[in-house]
Amino acid sequence: MRRFAWQSVLALLLCLAGATMLPLADAVTALPFTIARTGAIELLLLGSVVVTMSGVNRLGGAVLLLFTVHIAAFMLLGGIAGNEGAARPSFFCLLAAAWLLAWRLNVVLSRLKLENRGERSLQRLAIPALFGVWILILWEGITRGAGIPFVLLPPPTAIAARFASSLPILGADLVQTVFKAVLAGYVIGCGSGFVVAILADRVPFLRKGMLPIGNLVSALPIIGIAPIMVMWFGFDWQSKAAVVVVMTFFPMLVNTVAGLAASGHMERDLMRTYASSYWQTLFKLRLPAAAPFIFNALKINSTLALIGAIVAEFFGTPIVGMGFRISTEVGRMNIDMVWAEIAVAAVAGSVFYGVVAFVERAVTFWHPSIRGG
Amino acid sequence: MTALRDRIIPVAVVVAAILAVWYIAAIFMNAPYQRELNDRAHETPDLRAFIGQTWAQNKPTLPAPHQIAENFFKNTFQVKITSRRSLVYNSWVTLSSTLLGFAFGTVLGILIAVGIVHVPVLDRSLMPWIIASQTIPILAIAPMVIVVLAAIGVTGLIPKALISTYLSFFPVAVGMVKGLRSPDILHLDLMHTYNAGKAQTFWKLRVPASVPFLFTSMKVAVAASLVGAIVGELPTGAVAGIGAKLLAGSYYSQTIDMWSALVAGSVVAVLLVAAVGVVGRFVELKMGARP
Repeated sequence: MRRFAWQSVLALLLCLAGATMLPLADAVTALPFTIARTGAIELLLLGSVVVTMSGVNRLGGAVLLLFTVHIAAFMLLGGIAGNEGAARPSFFCLLAAAWLLAWRLNVVLSRLKLENRGERSLQRLAIPALFGVWILILWEGITRGAGIPFVLLPPPTAIAARFASSLPILGADLVQTVFKAVLAGYVIGCGSGFVVAILADRVPFLRKGMLPIGNLVSALPIIGIAPIMVMWFGFDWQSKAAVVVVMTFFPMLVNTVAGLAASGHMERDLMRTYASSYWQTLFKLRLPAAAPFIFNALKINSTLALIGAIVAEFFGTPIVGMGFRISTEVGRMNIDMVWAEIAVAAVAGSVFYGVVAFVERAVTFWHPSIRGG
Repeated sequence: MTALRDRIIPVAVVVAAILAVWYIAAIFMNAPYQRELNDRAHETPDLRAFIGQTWAQNKPTLPAPHQIAENFFKNTFQVKITSRRSLVYNSWVTLSSTLLGFAFGTVLGILIAVGIVHVPVLDRSLMPWIIASQTIPILAIAPMVIVVLAAIGVTGLIPKALISTYLSFFPVAVGMVKGLRSPDILHLDLMHTYNAGKAQTFWKLRVPASVPFLFTSMKVAVAASLVGAIVGELPTGAVAGIGAKLLAGSYYSQTIDMWSALVAGSVVAVLLVAAVGVVGRFVELKMGARP
């Protein structure tokens, strides 16, 4: 007898256990799970179990599984919406079964050997996407099913609704924090770090003196200067930009200095035999060789900059800004608004990082790590 | 001798230059307020006396280094350790949640790394999210974590430690994944020829190979953990700790107190990183690394 995957076996047991403990939820409102709906969910899940057990490791089986499992999951979630806290153990059994099947699906997907390059990149996207979707599904199912109080952890759909209904506020906060404070501070901080690094490279004495200090400062909790900067530069975005400048300066300095030392002796000697000047060597050889280091600093700084600006807003702001919104809405127990703001921050951070990474790919296309060599 | 020429002298010169710039900046930044004070008192000090006044204000815009040093010394050594004002007490509060969070974060990071190295589906599905999680300004979640946990009755050390955990697990996880994968194919094949099981390969080859990576990433993690603990103290309403000291200082514009709290935080950071470094060196020597 061939061995079945443990996820499938466990899912089957959970399906059967769920079936013995019906109904799925107590009837609080007029529309609990109807018999037809419950039956459909059970059938879909049992069908999925059969699909996984029948040894379908091909693309077709995976796609079929994708549909059956997720239709079942969304029927479960759809039924529980409006019946918060009414879920019975069978609901959680079926939810767990669906989750295990999705896990199995992910395992199958990651083992799939695809020929086509486009399909492979789709596969690389689909696996983490499935993982993320299931975090949301479990979050939704558990918060709604167990009736977790709204102020503790709102379900994702409530956060999405809040997000959609308060777009103007979120947009204003985004402009204030990201487009004013973060961008200005990031450009000034990275720019001055870069210039000082070039200066330190030109004067070896300066480099020897600054590098240990730069390394030391990188480990310090620089974020603590936030209240001082607010005191100096006032409540508006300038003080946040100042914090970002200080936070981004040192990683840029240390990485650029390290990068400028990265070009090999042979290449530098070659430039000397060409009788090229310091600046020619710098622009044609050493800066391109330093590019991976510089982009590494730019990437580190993209997250540091957002953190710095948001934390600095805790120490005083005009009545707009992401950090301000988070701290006041927490005080008013509007946790869904906080989560919406966190979602904005997450998207802004990811886009920022993504843009830097994209520019890196375009600029350092020659580097082995990009060519995939 | 080369150490003196290559390290100590350049660093000392740069530090001296920073201090000189600092003193000069203090004159200019404190001058407007000092002029106002003198006008009100109808005093007209000469330039030397005026500069002296700007370096000795009570609540200066930019305190001079010696004022900070004096305050730091007083609050560290001359105040009773149990006192609210003592920097030792406040540092200890921050340090305890830093260490707890760091311990959680290290354990969590190692567990995630072990999972990622051994379960291929985790590698593919979890790793992208771990990287993405760091593009989210996690500190933004700090006040919510604290308030929400307080609502269900969890207060004190744990919420702050959780924020530290959040910040410190990432470097450890990434470093450990690298470390556990660092044994090259030859060594893995050798283990194979010995008929070693997965567990044996793990304990006898992968773990020893990952130790240098672990300590390097732990240095980053402990610094991040301290930042998490300091930020975690802000929304709790400034009870105790370095973050609370900063917040209280900003409420009452006691700039010297804020700067000396910053110095205390920096000292703690340096000590923590150095401690991790020393432990790392010790472990590596014990494991037979050549000095």
